[in-house]
Amino acid sequence: MADFQHQHASHCESGVMSAIVRHYGLPFSEPMAFGLASALSFAWLPFVKLGGLPLVAYRMPPKAIIRGLRKPLALDMRFETFRDPARGMARLDELLAQGKVVGLQTSVFWLPYMPEDLRFHFNAHNVLVYGRDAASGDYLLSDPVFEHPVRCTAEDLSRARFARGVLAPKGLLYYPANRPSAPDWGKAIPAAIRKTERIMLKAPLPLIGARGIERAARAVGRLPAQDKDGDVRHSKLFIGHLVRMQEEIGTGGAGFRYLYASFLEEGAELAQRPALKEFSGRLVEIGDRWREFALAAARMIRDRDPLDPPRLAAMLSERAAEERAFFTDLGRAL
Amino acid sequence: MDIDDVPQEGNRSLGGHRKALYARGADGQLALVPSRGWEAEEIVTRQAVEELDRLAAEAQERARAGTGSALEYHMYKARMDSLMLAQVTRLWHWRVRRHLRPEVFRRLRPALLARYAEALGLDLATLTRIP
Repeated sequence: MADFQHQHASHCESGVMSAIVRHYGLPFSEPMAFGLASALSFAWLPFVKLGGLPLVAYRMPPKAIIRGLRKPLALDMRFETFRDPARGMARLDELLAQGKVVGLQTSVFWLPYMPEDLRFHFNAHNVLVYGRDAASGDYLLSDPVFEHPVRCTAEDLSRARFARGVLAPKGLLYYPANRPSAPDWGKAIPAAIRKTERIMLKAPLPLIGARGIERAARAVGRLPAQDKDGDVRHSKLFIGHLVRMQEEIGTGGAGFRYLYASFLEEGAELAQRPALKEFSGRLVEIGDRWREFALAAARMIRDRDPLDPPRLAAMLSERAAEERAFFTDLGRAL
Repeated sequence: MDIDDVPQEGNRSLGGHRKALYARGADGQLALVPSRGWEAEEIVTRQAVEELDRLAAEAQERARAGTGSALEYHMYKARMDSLMLAQVTRLWHWRVRRHLRPEVFRRLRPALLARYAEALGLDLATLTRIP
């Protein structure tokens, strides 16, 4: 697979999927993969705990992008999981020998090339394997959130693919069985946007979309700002966790709002809907304000500003109101 | 965010890598821009790492004093908590919590020790030792 082109991306799953689609002959950007799969979201799941803190996500669950592109691109994605790591590795070798590029779900913690500070037990990191070095036996990996291709030994890769716990990958590998075909952009793009609009505004659970942001705001507003028995430490960990999920985990920056804005900009041209360009600009501004929230929280964590949960809660409520208005207007404009 | 506003602050937690952000270039179009990192991000990442380091250090002290087990120390060192360790080893959470007690851990069967060692990526000798 000497002709595989690695490309830096902002998010692992949209990065892997856009690389696969490009590799099989269709020009396809990362933002287009993210937007066309309707991957933007917000979820507040306080009953799922990560290290004692509630699960918060600024996008749809893992695998949503891989699955979401099957229909618009008529892409026949195959998924395989394994009980036995040895069989999972053998199957990977077999697919590579057939000249395929193969997507893998892995644990961040067990990938040795990850920077030490980012090695947490997150089991839904996506990487692409495009070959194997004959001399050393190392796998050649395109990890989209890295600028350049990386390598990984068979032992480490197996460990990362078969990590257990929440979202255990079970050795998941995926690859397309056919070539993707360009959709009717004029239809596929508005359809994808309408789906995101529904998720953000009309999800049946009040924990998803704009209402989820409001719930998160209320939870932040209830955090104690005065110390008694480590309360302040917990409050700081709580807000730090919110920001980490926004900026660091899955990356994307500003909770994926910039990535979606880029999709809207590209969509304006492909679908010949110039109005989308203005919405793109508006979403960039919303993203900037998510970053203001991140900055305010970080300053409080380091005691540069006094800890003020109600102030952060108010900022989150504003984000909720802005996104509600944004997606309402976006839906009307289609 | 404009391209000039993309933070290039050399976030230590990125280990020298650059991450990709979408920002508006001089032509008004959004494009991918590599970022050396943002201080706000570094603060929250370091906060999470430091919290686990603190828990590991406290567990290490307890283990040295004989009031805690080596297992608890290695668990935090591997950036896990008892719930995650239970999920990874497929043991009941209450069992894992019980095994964290030094007098219980000392008498653990080799099969269980091996299960913990495997989950934490350690060999048996390291698992039972308190550094």
